[in-house]
Formats: sequence, C-alpha cells, structure tokens
Amino acid sequence: MNQDFEPKILGFFCNWCSYAGADLAGVSRLKYPANLRIVRVMCSGRVEPTMVLKAFACGADGVLISGCHPGDCHYQQGNYKTLRRVPLLERTLAQFGIHPARFRLTWISANEGQKLVQVVTEMVEEIKKLGPFPGTRARFPELAPHLSGATVIPGGAIPAPGGATTTVGVPGATLVAGGETHD
Amino acid sequence: MTDTAHGLGAGGPAAGSPGAGAEDEAVQARGKLKLAFFWAAACGGCDVAVLDIHEKILDVAALADIYLWPVAMDFKYKDVEALPDRFLDVAFYNGAVRNSEQEHMAHLLRRKAKTLVAFGSCACFGGIPSLANLFDREEILDWVYGGTFSTENPAGVRPQPRFTAPEGELTLPEFYAGAYRLQDFVPVDYFLPGCPPTPEWILKAVEAIASGNLPPRGAVLALDKTVCDTCPREKTDKKVKEFHRHYEIIPDPERCLLEQGLICMGPATRGGCGALCPSANMPCRGCYGPTREVVDQGAKMLSAVASILDSDDEEEIRLALARIEDPAGTFWRFGMAASLLGGRAFDAGSAPPDRAASATPPAGAGATPPTRAGADVAARGGKK
Repeated sequence: MNQDFEPKILGFFCNWCSYAGADLAGVSRLKYPANLRIVRVMCSGRVEPTMVLKAFACGADGVLISGCHPGDCHYQQGNYKTLRRVPLLERTLAQFGIHPARFRLTWISANEGQKLVQVVTEMVEEIKKLGPFPGTRARFPELAPHLSGATVIPGGAIPAPGGATTTVGVPGATLVAGGETHD
Repeated sequence: MTDTAHGLGAGGPAAGSPGAGAEDEAVQARGKLKLAFFWAAACGGCDVAVLDIHEKILDVAALADIYLWPVAMDFKYKDVEALPDRFLDVAFYNGAVRNSEQEHMAHLLRRKAKTLVAFGSCACFGGIPSLANLFDREEILDWVYGGTFSTENPAGVRPQPRFTAPEGELTLPEFYAGAYRLQDFVPVDYFLPGCPPTPEWILKAVEAIASGNLPPRGAVLALDKTVCDTCPREKTDKKVKEFHRHYEIIPDPERCLLEQGLICMGPATRGGCGALCPSANMPCRGCYGPTREVVDQGAKMLSAVASILDSDDEEEIRLALARIEDPAGTFWRFGMAASLLGGRAFDAGSAPPDRAASATPPAGAGATPPTRAGADVAARGGKK
C-alpha cells in the first residue's frame, strides 16, 4: 500500500438531495477527505453508464453516484432508473477488471451531511488499500505510438485529394476515435 | 496463379460481362479501378460477403483489377510492396489488427492505396476478436497452448516470434496484447460496418468509388438511424418483467423483441442492414456499431436495457438482471476495441472475467443449466 497515494474519486451528485447534502456537510463544517470531486447532475437518473466508464478511462480511481432515497426523487422515477442500471453496471465493471470497491451507489438526502462524510471516508480508505486504478493504457503497448496525434497521417506522405487531411475515426465519435480512448 | 504484380486482366471474367456498355467506356477512359482486399484477424466472412454480391462480381471485375486478395488469389506481399505509393485506388481491409503482420499490412495498404476502407465490424470496431481484450495475452496463450481439453503439449511449447534453425532464422508475426481497430494504426477513409457488410452496401461502396461520387472522408457507409428505426416490428410501451435468452422462448414474430424480454441491440445500433436479424425473429447483436451520437455502444445499450425493466424493487431488479449472463460479451460483442476502456483493466484483486460473470447467481437458480464459463473455470483449474 502506497501511503502517499491520494485517490481521485469522481462523484455524480443529484441536485436535489445529495448535492444539498454535501452543501450541508460544508456549512456544518464537517470534514471529509478531499479526494472527492463532485459533478452536480440534475438527477442520478441522468448518470449514464458511459459517464462512469469514461471516468475510469480518464483516470479516476473511483466513482460515486449519489441520489435521493428511493421514493424521494424530485422527478418521481429518476433514481429508480439508477437503481436498475447499477446492478448490471457493477457486473460489467467486474468484467472490465475494475474492483467493486471503486464504484459505489449511495442515497444521500439533503439532511444527511454526516452520511456523506462516512461514505467518502470509507471509500477513500478502501481505494487507498487497492492503489491507483491501472487503466488499460499500459496494457496495450502496441497502441502507445498511435495515441498522440491520432489524426496525423503516419509518414505525413499521403495528403487526401483536394489537400484535405484525412482524419481518423467515425465523425462525431471523436471520444472513441481520438487519443482519449485509452487515456 | 501468377506471382507477379499484374492485376486480374481484361482476359479474366470481365470479358463479355453483362454490365458492358456506356459506363464501361467511361471506365476504360479513366482506366480500371485498382483494388486490394486484405484479411486480418477475422473469420473470413467478409471475404465471402464480397462473393455474395453474386453475378455483380462480374461488374466489379469489369470495373476493376485486383492486386491483392489472399483468400482468392496468390499475390505476394512483396508484389504489393513493389507497387508505387498511392497506386491502388481502394484497399478493403477486413479484420481486427491482432499481430505485427496485420499492422504491417495496414501501414502498407495505407501507403499504396488512395482510399482505405475498414471493411466489416472487426476492422471498424474490433469485432468478435476484440472480446479477447477481456483477457491478458498470457492468459490467452496459456489457454490455447495448455488449457483446452484437446491440447497435447507436455513440453509446454509456445510459438516464438524468432527461431534459429540450422538453415537460418525463422520468424513468426508477434501476437499483440490486444485486438485493435484498423483506425488505431492508420487513418481510415471509409467505414463499411457489418458482420459481414451486406451485399447492398458493398455494391453501393464499389459503385460510389467507381463513379467518384463519394461521401466525405471518414463517413460510415450505412444509415445514421438505429436498427429500431428500420425494424418493421410493432413497438409499444417498453416494460419488461424478465429477460430471456433467445433459445428459451419462441418470440412473437410481430412484436418488438426487446419488449418480449430478448436482448436486442437495435436501440444502440446503426441501421443499414435492413433489420435482417429481427426480421428473421433473431435479436439484433449490434454488428453495425453505434450511431454517430453514441460514444460507447455497449454502455448505451446497458442503460437502455436497465431502463425498460419494470420493477422498483432492488432484489427483483437484481434477479431479473442476473438473467443477462455476460453483459460485457453481450453489449460489446462487436465493439470491445472501440469501448471506452478498450478491454479489461488488471486491477488489484479483481476477479478474472469468466468468474466475475458467473459470480452472480442466476435467477430462479436451478432452472438455468451450469454456465459454459463455469465449466471452463473448472476445466482450467483441473489442467493447471
């Protein structure tokens, strides 16, 4: 275990309960580890599995989704969608070789600042034990020479007709096509 | 056949082809199209798909000279290397890039061809071969050269990229850590997805190239709608109580398959195939890849599947979703190399994927027979 390792945890917090709960933790001067970066979303139901995978692909060591308690959703059904996605996502993350402690769904209401402190503290402790998320970049050494400047033509010798340069990838899907994929 | 750098000449099947006419004369004036086909890490279905255009192949032969087609003709790589740069009009590359030979050919064809087409799902998204990205190179080699039921390899011999024999040094292509997309190595001009691409789109592509009437570079030669948009089945409110594997039920031929509890990838998959599979009562498997707006096809489908589940009870939800045996293999069946992570990460203490997949107890335990994955684990453990 690396004592100096400070995990980066990305939190997706719903506007109505969990973000307010985090606010309460703040105004109550409660302390929790500074490893959590919160992205405020309108509803936990907004958090697509794509966002979680992208967080890990971009170097997060952990992802925390937090929403209103079931039954309390500002949009009636939003957090139930989260509740339905997460079990499948958890199994998928396991198949992608991501340790279960790195991903968590929790329900934090606007008056549960203390619960936020507890959840974040636990999660940071567990992830510190695991160490940094290795990602997949080092796994695929053959891609390394191609990760930067993926839109540059190798050798620079093949201008497309009309002088336009050829770009790599499916238009509009530059996230997948560009260097970010394995970053 | 010939071992020289000549294409299929006018004396080939082109002579007397039914497509002869004014168009042919225009082609004659411009010179015949110079084509190359290459087969990388793929099953061979893409090459068969080229032949599936049936008698239209004669039109292609009338329009084109072929300079490389390993499945059908005996040209050598050195013949291609001897061609001037940008000599070929189009190179069709099918298959994922799995080893150093395939990467070499990707660079070579990029250099020799004016237009490079990623042909089929493997070249576009990694395809089925890239599901191996859920395993380490060593795990794959252990399994293939030691673990399977039929492997007889007491000395534990493994293929080596280099071997010195008395007669000289022998080399084999290097097996890569993953299976990759063509675009991971070289710029690709057009993407022709499908497993395999349908004859309709192959023909459209060849005709577009022959006539010079081309879409912008980087275009995907398919629709920009989903399979659902083109599927004739009747769709109503999507509410599903339980999921089935497709051999377990005989689906109603009129109603949406997803609504009947089958995992149909239609909502997350680009159309253009003409909804071939759903029309044959088979769920879409997602071979045309994501539409333009979607970053990660599998993640999008995962989201869609969970959203249609008709339950608010956590336990019920878990049991219903446990019926989906292999989420990564189902949702990223053709796109593991194109996924956000590209494959499995090797996180400290995380379980190998086969164990992870079977870790969740199947719904209605006992009703489901032991999984293949479970059997594999047992067999592998026994062999080691």
